[in-house]
Amino acid sequence: MSEREVIIAVRDLRNQFGPQVIHDHLDLDIYRGEVLGIVGGSGTGKSVLLRSILGINKPRSGRIEIFGKARSDMTPDEERAVERRWGVLFQDGALFSSLTVAQNIQVALKEHLHMPQKLMDEIAAVKIGLVGLPPEAGPKFPSELSGGMRKRAGLARALALDPEIVFLDEPTAGLDPIGASAFDELIKNLQATLGLTVFMVTHDLDSLYAICDRIAVLAEKKVLVTGSIDEMMTQDHPWIREYFHGPRGRAAMAAKSAPPKS
Amino acid sequence: MAGQAQAWLDVSDDASALTLRPQGDWVVQNAQALDKSLQTLDTVGRRAATFDLSHLDRLDTAGAWLIYRTARTLERAGVQVTTAGGTAAQSTLLHAVAKSDRPIKVEPREGNVLTNLIVRMGAGLDEGGRTGRDLVAFLGLILETLGKTVLNPRRMRATSTVYHMEQAGLNAVPIVALISFLIGAVLAFQGSEQLRRFGGEIFTVNLVAVSFLREIGILLTAIMVAGRSGSAFTAQIGSMKLREEIDAMRTLGLDPMDVLVLPRVIALLVMMPILGFISAMMGLLGGGLVVWSELGMSPAMFIARLHDSIGFWDAGVAFIKAPVFGLAIAMVGCFEGMKVEGSAESVGQRTTASVVEGIFTVIVLDALFSILFVKLGI
Repeated sequence: MSEREVIIAVRDLRNQFGPQVIHDHLDLDIYRGEVLGIVGGSGTGKSVLLRSILGINKPRSGRIEIFGKARSDMTPDEERAVERRWGVLFQDGALFSSLTVAQNIQVALKEHLHMPQKLMDEIAAVKIGLVGLPPEAGPKFPSELSGGMRKRAGLARALALDPEIVFLDEPTAGLDPIGASAFDELIKNLQATLGLTVFMVTHDLDSLYAICDRIAVLAEKKVLVTGSIDEMMTQDHPWIREYFHGPRGRAAMAAKSAPPKS
Repeated sequence: MAGQAQAWLDVSDDASALTLRPQGDWVVQNAQALDKSLQTLDTVGRRAATFDLSHLDRLDTAGAWLIYRTARTLERAGVQVTTAGGTAAQSTLLHAVAKSDRPIKVEPREGNVLTNLIVRMGAGLDEGGRTGRDLVAFLGLILETLGKTVLNPRRMRATSTVYHMEQAGLNAVPIVALISFLIGAVLAFQGSEQLRRFGGEIFTVNLVAVSFLREIGILLTAIMVAGRSGSAFTAQIGSMKLREEIDAMRTLGLDPMDVLVLPRVIALLVMMPILGFISAMMGLLGGGLVVWSELGMSPAMFIARLHDSIGFWDAGVAFIKAPVFGLAIAMVGCFEGMKVEGSAESVGQRTTASVVEGIFTVIVLDALFSILFVKLGI
């Protein structure tokens, strides 16, 4: 990590719903190849930040540069091109309920690239394998899957076009501890294998310890600090102290520093 | 986008050995073209092949899959395949793809068309039978809840009931009135055309009055309410079911029959006769206006003819039918809503089913009433 390329830069972002200001003068950089964890209390606008970067929420003011170009300067065609370079995993997968898992993965392939069905089927099979789903999951509908499988299927769909960056909205929320660790492991492996950049909104301290290279803390309407988990431990800000030194924070840290079981 | 980057495969032939050099960007955007050119790769009579990855610019899972697939095909044809060059990341990716090589099905099973047809017919019949049985059970449940509420009126959710009366009743008045007025006018217009041939234009009044009071008014209202409110009931209850709100209600000790179903049933029981009455009056008004303008029959004369042509029971039967139709529509709407499960698509299917079954039930009931009234001579 000698030379760090910024692939998304957020500058002076302001989000406001009615009189309620969510973000004010918010700055954030996302570097290529890193796993960035976003933490913050409920209502600090983690999801709003995610949605602003994705262009689902239009910010009140500020500048969001994606792959070196400001979103506001992009033509609709350029926006579409950018959207093909990222993948998003929504909180409960947000799979299209009328399509099977395999068809969900193929949606983007079908829409953007004119591939023969056989090749699309093969690619869908590879993605299903990559996210650790059994092949039998392919022809199943989302309503037939468990929560953990839905997340994996959602991740497979996010990876359909081999994006450079994936956005994960609370990827381990609602999973049991074993499932959550397995999902962390999966993200880590995929990140290494595919060279992904990962932007992850999470509340899961174990995830933060296990896979995040850098953590950005949202508080007081902006990104208060960014840094590695070790740097977080030395922060004086009361909320950050409470978050990382609270009972759960200590437990997660203990789990991390303990030698792994066989 | 990194321009319109190209990707191709360089093939060099050396006696019995093949050297394959993937070049450029082997990424998903180029996958289709690569897939096509790989299909034409000639491998007959080769013993060994080498993949030289050192000229690759970019590789993603789609590209890795294509390389892996080609290597696999060669190996199955008895060719020794080796891989050379390539970065560590690229070989990790190739390994990951190789591990994921398990064919999948994309759609749930597709059998023979004929068997599927028979299976679907059978399933449809079975489903129909079940729906009929469950509807009767649901009717029983509604009547039981209704009975309990009559015995103990404090159980009734007054606010909710009044709300649904407004939504399903009051707010339906304009559209019911307008449609009835127009149908009344059309009926009078067409009727007078036909009756004129016998010199019996005067009977247009009987035609409009009897048909509207006995049949059309209430039937039209029921069809409109089924489309407007029956569907709304299904969608409301269905989406609550999807979000587990109904389960939550049960855990809090609230009976969905009390909270959701009964207010809607009572609302339609009360509002249907009123809407039916409005519909009949508007139909007569529409008919009366046409008779006035076409046949020159004054309003006073029209009313006099009305007195001669209709009896008590002509209006009475509509008031007997209306609450029954209302009950049927609310019952079907709530019943279908309760049957929603799984996905948003299910809400759509159930809403459609609710409207179709609601209208079907109303028309069947209407036919039964007709027979009954004829037998009773009213």
